[in-house]
Amino acid sequence: MRILFFLLRKEFRQIFRDKSILAVIFILPSIQLVIMPQAANYDVKNINLAVVDNDHSSYSRRLIAKVGSSGYFRIVAASPSFKQGLRLVEANTADLVLEIPAGFERNLVREGSQQLSLAVDAINGTRAGLGGAYLTRIIGDFNQAVRLEWQSPAPAAAIDVTSSNWYNPLGEYRFFMVPAILVLLLTMVGGFLTALNIVREKEIGTIEQINVSPIRKWQFILGKLIPFWVLGMVVFTIGLTIARVLYGIIPVGSIPVLYLFAGVYLVALLGFGLLISTYSETQVQAMFVAFFFIMIFILMSGLFTSLDSMPPWARYIAYCSPVTHFIEVVRMIILKGSSLRDVSHQLGYEAIFAVVLNTWAMLNYRKTT
Amino acid sequence: MQPPPASAQAIVCHELTKQFGDFRAVDKITLSVAQGEIFGFLGANGAGKTTAMRMLCGLSYPSAGQATVAGFDVYRQQEKIKQNIGYMSQKFSLYENLTILENIEFFGGIYGLSNQQLRAKSEELITTLGLHKEAKKLVGSLPLGWKQKLAFSVAIIHEPKIVFLDEPTGGVDPVTRRQFWDLIYAAADRGITNFVTTHYMDEAEYCNRVSIMVDGRVEALDSPANLKLQYHADSMDEVFYQLARGAQRGE
Repeated sequence: MRILFFLLRKEFRQIFRDKSILAVIFILPSIQLVIMPQAANYDVKNINLAVVDNDHSSYSRRLIAKVGSSGYFRIVAASPSFKQGLRLVEANTADLVLEIPAGFERNLVREGSQQLSLAVDAINGTRAGLGGAYLTRIIGDFNQAVRLEWQSPAPAAAIDVTSSNWYNPLGEYRFFMVPAILVLLLTMVGGFLTALNIVREKEIGTIEQINVSPIRKWQFILGKLIPFWVLGMVVFTIGLTIARVLYGIIPVGSIPVLYLFAGVYLVALLGFGLLISTYSETQVQAMFVAFFFIMIFILMSGLFTSLDSMPPWARYIAYCSPVTHFIEVVRMIILKGSSLRDVSHQLGYEAIFAVVLNTWAMLNYRKTT
Repeated sequence: MQPPPASAQAIVCHELTKQFGDFRAVDKITLSVAQGEIFGFLGANGAGKTTAMRMLCGLSYPSAGQATVAGFDVYRQQEKIKQNIGYMSQKFSLYENLTILENIEFFGGIYGLSNQQLRAKSEELITTLGLHKEAKKLVGSLPLGWKQKLAFSVAIIHEPKIVFLDEPTGGVDPVTRRQFWDLIYAAADRGITNFVTTHYMDEAEYCNRVSIMVDGRVEALDSPANLKLQYHADSMDEVFYQLARGAQRGE
């Protein structure tokens, strides 16, 4: 215990003396949380639309005006032909081309039906998908309105879907992102700092002086783990505060449960950092390996994309990362108010990660080679 | 010098060998060092001194042969060995971003010194080294000579039975080297065994006994006076030349 105390005191002294580490710990998270949620926005607005109106009737003009006034679209051009509309897509000036065929009004009035054609630039899948959906919806509305004008007494039976958003009523992107970015921060701070720290001692040669002393392996590992765990929790607290002050995100669920989960998660992640450091000889090596894994962890974690839409094999990989479970749980607790029982499953996973990674790191750290 | 009785041997090794792939860094070295002795472990660059020393310190497993350090086996009892030795590596390995006092506290602390002992040791060490003004300065800001003296003092802060010094005076000026050897003598007077590697042949003369390693093997082992007689040489320099000339391994 006494030896651990000396190890911890030394570690904290070194951390607080190192300005660059302090910057990483305190300034980086703040900047990330302030900038990322505002910039990384999936709300689709300002979709560039080219309209090819072959009809020039009052109905076609009404439809175009309705689309233009919806707020989602910017009508960039009224092209004389579909071909020219597509050329605009090729030139990246338009995302969608809506073609209204000649005889639109006549067919609508006489035959009661008419087809429209919609061409979508699908390079940015999300934008294209949402843009197409919005436009379909707007045209549906228009259709409804037209129908009401004509058959006022007895409207045809139609199913109208009204949806309401739970847990994030306005469907705001930042509510989805901010909790996940909190996880990202904890991952960066925890994963990289520990991995680099031990390797740095290897590079400088101070680890030799430790290895030749009677310090036990668990004491050394704990001596590295505890300080970074504390720092991680500080970062988490800073992040939560920023989320509250800047974005008005107040966890609906219990804060102690949130901290409990963050605590266990950090142990797992620090174990991962330690493990890398026991395999690496130089800081550059450790940096690359840590970067490689953390990149995969984050891209597969459900931070940006939905886990459910992944193919099954990818989902298995995603579940093999502690980041995935934490992102899921942070969103559950902060936005949904999930209780400890709701997240106990994931907590179990994190605990397993924590035990496995740390044990592995401890076994792989050798005082005698 | 009389060979000391077996019970008083600090280090005994018999045909100790370290093999890296098909390269034999240390080739069946056999030697023993008495408790309290200052033993010079000489050899050209690449002769295998550091590798041999690392095996004796319990930092590296031998490939073959036997050795005991402070009575403990180098294969099975490394942790016991580590409680009884001090080690000063070739590379300066105190924490440069801690102060002198903080380094002393840390290394004293991990060897289990009590607060009282720590206070007494810090005071004593700082007085001996004349570092009163610098005690609260970061170690990184000290000149090399001071760093080396400090590193040695920290290596023996827990009064180990044996201290291993790997080229402790490399790059240090002659005056400081002299002071460094005064520290070694003081430690030997307290009964600490000093196992020193060096390149400076004048330092070899300060040792009770020396061994000279060439290409992983111990080619000569005796007191400096006897070695000079045996090789008809006026100085250890000449002895070393005669032996190391045949070396195959360069730097």
